[in-house]
Amino acid sequence: MVTVLLPGPLRGEAGGASRLSVDAGGTLGAVLDELAADHPRLARRIRDERGELRRYVNVYVDGEDCRHSGGLATPVGEGAQVQVLPSVAGG
Amino acid sequence: MATLLAIGTAKGLFLATSADDRRTWEVSGPHHPQTSVYAVALDTRRATPRLLAGVTSSHFGPSVATSDDLGASWDDPDHAPVAFPADTGASLGRVWQLMPAGADEPDVVWAGTEPSALFRSTDGGRSFELVRALWDHPHRPHWQAGFGGQAVHTMLPHPRDPARVLVAMSTGGVYRSQDAGASWAPGNVGIRAAGLADEWPEFGQCVHKVARDAGNPERLYAQNHFGVYRSDDDGRTWSSIADGLPSDFGFPMVSHPARPGMVWTFPLVADVERFPTDHRCRVFRSADAGGKWEPLSVGLPEGPFYPAVLRDAMCADDATPGGVYFGTRSGEVYASRDEGDSWSQVAAHLPDVLCVRAAVV
Repeated sequence: MVTVLLPGPLRGEAGGASRLSVDAGGTLGAVLDELAADHPRLARRIRDERGELRRYVNVYVDGEDCRHSGGLATPVGEGAQVQVLPSVAGG
Repeated sequence: MATLLAIGTAKGLFLATSADDRRTWEVSGPHHPQTSVYAVALDTRRATPRLLAGVTSSHFGPSVATSDDLGASWDDPDHAPVAFPADTGASLGRVWQLMPAGADEPDVVWAGTEPSALFRSTDGGRSFELVRALWDHPHRPHWQAGFGGQAVHTMLPHPRDPARVLVAMSTGGVYRSQDAGASWAPGNVGIRAAGLADEWPEFGQCVHKVARDAGNPERLYAQNHFGVYRSDDDGRTWSSIADGLPSDFGFPMVSHPARPGMVWTFPLVADVERFPTDHRCRVFRSADAGGKWEPLSVGLPEGPFYPAVLRDAMCADDATPGGVYFGTRSGEVYASRDEGDSWSQVAAHLPDVLCVRAAVV
């Protein structure tokens, strides 16, 4: 089981929940695929139709920015915490 | 009976409603706050009008939301309404235009996107399918991106022939289909290509906006990146109608939905000087298909005025007499209820206005 922490702007896509439990693991990609099965609209806010992380969305696995640790191939172990955060951008 | 004016801005959608024949307006919003709304459509072909908004979050990407209660509530489908198929390797940047088709195809809606592509919906804009023939067009690798991005920003279905549709893109020019999108041919003969070594190419022009005449569907008007043109043969060939305008540069081109020969535009000095001509807030109108132009400024700001009006930030409504609207990059919106003779302010201090659309609902 993996915990996914959601930022305020995305909680509306998960019924108001700030965290979701996802029964998947292995890689971040697998976790997000599983998330998409139950919450497709939430998932498409995080990744585009190619499956790529959106440019201004940051995803941390146990506190580590996935862009520095393998991207969607980042290992996600049992009990890991996946945190989704909008990056600082925009005017 | 009310008039609804949808105002898409860089930070959300505002809805202005008038219940007294466009004399006073009540503005609500922002709907979809913190999204850029490049496209909005009011689909009045339905028993209940449907609002469609192309919304793009800089963080969470693009989507198309619909409302069947005039904006009181919105629905954004679970699955992306506009998405590139996996084999294209592309991803949607944003929807630049949403255009309901003709009355005889009540569930068909066209979407124009960045990167330059055309999508077609057969369920009123809830889901869209890529029009493959335009995406696979041999010219596509040569289409360029202007400063605003590479996008199909204009779709003009033919009002009497569902098989015919015209699109325009920046940068690439005008393309026409006469077989419901199965094949496409460029339609740029006579339009000059600023910025290219070959000034008269088959395609590659930076057409900013095209409008179709109310009385003669074969007649079209185009504001180009330098150049204002008319076509009398459904977009095959074009000739200049810029004489009489203070400049041939600008973005919007709006035709009266009911009065043949009447068009409005908002000239800017030049691409290197994107201010209104003479630094005055003036709409220019022609009542004879571009033969003569007259400046309209009654009720508009009288002092120096610097904001531009973007390609979709001017529109006409379908009331009688016709209303005209425009929004500026400084967040002001003006309306005329007498075809441009006089104007009043609908809203001020909004974010950067990207698009406006109005209809009697």
